[in-house]
Amino acid sequence: MKKEILIGLLIALTIGVFLSPFASSFPDGLEKTAEDLHFLNKGEGKEVITSPIPDYAIPGISNEGLATAGAGLVGTLIVFGAVYGLGKIVQGRKENQTKSF
Amino acid sequence: MHIPDGFLDAKVWTTMSVVTGGTAGYAIKQVNKKLGERQIPLMGVMGAFIFAAQMINFPVAGGTSGHLLGSALAAILLGPWSAILVTTANFIIQCLLFQDGGLTALGANVFNMGILGCLVGYAIYQGIRKMVGGDKGIIIGAGVAAWCSVMLAATGTSLALAFSGTVPLNVVIVPMLAIHALVGIGEAVITVAAVQYILKVRPDIIYDVPKV
Repeated sequence: MKKEILIGLLIALTIGVFLSPFASSFPDGLEKTAEDLHFLNKGEGKEVITSPIPDYAIPGISNEGLATAGAGLVGTLIVFGAVYGLGKIVQGRKENQTKSF
Repeated sequence: MHIPDGFLDAKVWTTMSVVTGGTAGYAIKQVNKKLGERQIPLMGVMGAFIFAAQMINFPVAGGTSGHLLGSALAAILLGPWSAILVTTANFIIQCLLFQDGGLTALGANVFNMGILGCLVGYAIYQGIRKMVGGDKGIIIGAGVAAWCSVMLAATGTSLALAFSGTVPLNVVIVPMLAIHALVGIGEAVITVAAVQYILKVRPDIIYDVPKV
């Protein structure tokens, strides 16, 4: 099973790092609709928080492709770690419950 | 299709945050009951794949793009409740670290693009899988569920915008569904390809399919 996990993670990293710089920069369906129906401005400057890696580009890297690839690398690993950790926490609760019975 | 801050009014985003929070809490309870050791790394890989795939916007007609949601795929491979946890974690990280989707819209985004596909998409998949049977049933079910998950997300997003008074429903629903009918084809193609690959290398990974 370890092998499959590694292969899966490698596939995800390949997509996140090597394919992400080639993604389409067209607006997505919601953004395009908001533009066409003139409500895109309702979201301008309304961000409640400031994110460290806005728009999937590592700030300070002038090469756009590298900035995107870096964001893909960081994000893919963070989501893997976060979900793995979440799974362990959810599972850990079960073990504690069994012990306390 | 990530809704930014400013598109939803307070009544809609608080309602959606409560609904999504409650559903995620219920999902944790369900997962807690039967989470096997080997499923945890699989959930991690699914999350990593969904994040990476969502970075890949593919062009559709009319200067628009779309990307994978992955909610139907996650539910097919992990079951609906684990899938909800995976997609929720992904949207939270996208919102906090990458400014994709507003913090106020997080509940609505998780519900529309995650929960709907995980629950309704999964039900559609299981219905078709049982009706058709065999690997063929799995593949057809996966494709149809994937397409439906995108249409459900577009409908949910349109409703949230309309209830917020941002744009009338009859105005927004038509272009949203038209664009996402095409995006959904991409979702179906990627989902079917992934499921076919899993069927070939590790069919036992797929959730709740009777062993032959």
